[in-house]
Amino acid sequence: MQIWQGRLEKIDDYRWCIPKSYMPGMRVPGVIYADKNLLESIERDRAPQQVANAAHFPGIVKYSLAMPDIHWGYGLPIGGVVATDIEDGGVITPGGVGYDINCGVRLVKTNLTEKEIKPRIKDLVTALYNHVPAGLGSEGKIRVDVNEERKILTNGAKWAVSKGFGTKEDLECTEENGQMQGADPSKVSDRAYQRGKKQSGTLGSGNHFIEIQLVDEIYDEKCAEIFNIEKGQITIMIHSGSRGFGHQICDEYSKGMIGVLSKYGISVPDRQLACAPVRSPEGQAYIGAMKCAANYAWNNRQCLMHLVREVFEKFFNRSSKDLGMDLIYDVAHNIAKFEKYNIDEKEKLLCVHRKGATRAFPPGHPDLPSKYKEIGQPVIIPGDMGRHSFLLVGTQKAEETFFSTCHGAGRLMSRKAAISACRGRSISGELAEKGISVMAAGRGTLAEEAPEAYKNVTEVVHVVHEAGISKRVARMRPLCVLKG
Amino acid sequence: MKRYEQIPHTADIAIRVYGKDLKELFINAAYGMFDIIADLEGLKSSVSIDVNLKAPSKEELLVSWLDELLYNFYTKGIIFFEFEVSFLSEEQLMVKVYGRHIGENRNRLKTEIKAATYHDLNIRESDEGCSVDIVFDV
Repeated sequence: MQIWQGRLEKIDDYRWCIPKSYMPGMRVPGVIYADKNLLESIERDRAPQQVANAAHFPGIVKYSLAMPDIHWGYGLPIGGVVATDIEDGGVITPGGVGYDINCGVRLVKTNLTEKEIKPRIKDLVTALYNHVPAGLGSEGKIRVDVNEERKILTNGAKWAVSKGFGTKEDLECTEENGQMQGADPSKVSDRAYQRGKKQSGTLGSGNHFIEIQLVDEIYDEKCAEIFNIEKGQITIMIHSGSRGFGHQICDEYSKGMIGVLSKYGISVPDRQLACAPVRSPEGQAYIGAMKCAANYAWNNRQCLMHLVREVFEKFFNRSSKDLGMDLIYDVAHNIAKFEKYNIDEKEKLLCVHRKGATRAFPPGHPDLPSKYKEIGQPVIIPGDMGRHSFLLVGTQKAEETFFSTCHGAGRLMSRKAAISACRGRSISGELAEKGISVMAAGRGTLAEEAPEAYKNVTEVVHVVHEAGISKRVARMRPLCVLKG
Repeated sequence: MKRYEQIPHTADIAIRVYGKDLKELFINAAYGMFDIIADLEGLKSSVSIDVNLKAPSKEELLVSWLDELLYNFYTKGIIFFEFEVSFLSEEQLMVKVYGRHIGENRNRLKTEIKAATYHDLNIRESDEGCSVDIVFDV
């Protein structure tokens, strides 16, 4: 692994700059959000180089950004945020969205308390394991023909709700109401359909999970009251994306955009950053297909939540309504969005890429559901399976990051290193000692996903809170985890 | 000579592939990918597919080749591990690929690889042979 050789200039305690002079061709500087402690691990891999690479995009506005959970990805780093000005030749890049288009997280509340759940936690995780398809090669219970599949791609989570897998309140509490407008199924190849058709309603593998958690700290009483949560309450977190469908789209459009770089006179330092102007046939085709994948993912998380509600209803012999299983919110953390910002006192429509970053709209933003208008957008930050997760809200100050914040803990160790570090240890045994029951569908998943393979999410959240780009509301600790 | 080895990558899986020539490099890259996906030891092939691909450069051809095999793995449920190359240039390949249906071999599956990426892809060729580092999205 190459170690970062450049210099990071301190802006303040939580922001570090890669000057434009670092590398020829950078159109803007890079800015990394981190504290001194996190910076040590950030400088150990190639992620800062990827921040500098991203500064080459035509039309990029202000800076190439990275959130404190930044780590080495491909193309853009994980934790990268890049906004381009559409009217100024701004580009869209599949490598700035990632393969798992609209990978995201949702948080569901319940009225249950630790006392009601703790004695039966092992049975509950087993019930989830038996009911939710997870792991490599697993197939969903939802099978649809091509016409229905097209409806999923254009309607997103609305499709699931129309089939009885959820409520209209769920849609109100999902980013974009679970349906991105402008999805164009004609831009999706038959191959993507083929890869996606068996995977609706499946969790996936690797870092995807369903976690039952206990709210163990409240930082902001007023916001917590609006979320209807308090200390001692049980929540459920679901992390999944667009499965093989999104991967096939990213793969095909990345390939296509490498082929048109010279047509648009664009030069980027890494093939994985291949891009095309937003206002070009190639850019528009990718956007139409990306939105299909985003809708596929929202439908998928909606279906997964429905499966979880079914498990809880059977297990506790009460309806999900009676159990208070309301969706708090659902966020996308691998996506490109079109949003208006004031740049140099002019309103501009920007294409904001968030790759391993979460949108964080401030209080009063018109796109927020009415019940969250006063407090700002809920931001859901999962940690590793042995430590905490967080619920935050967006702030006005996050305008400086195009209303973006972190998305998780961020990996510290490669999967290979994690497996070596865990050789001869029982990760499930170690977690059990901490009161966490865990089951995984894949061989090796537990070692790859061991807590020490990740940064400490508490430190990551500390940075975004102190930098003011989002505000802590509550902390949750895992009780049981189902891994893909 | 080693066919491939895993090299550290923080978020995903990366391998360094070796071959005495381009042909062996392409075979070993595909073998390495499926060796990570499944336990191949003792597996006997029973099905085959023909792969014919064109791409503008050898690096893009390599990614197309690996992604073609992944697509067939995910849609036809076949684990591939034997390769007969009938033609290979820097811009085209024709390969007969042999493998086995997942079927009763489900317990052999190890790691989900979803795509081969173009990230920093550069095939190195010298008198001693070829090598390349490939980052997979997992």
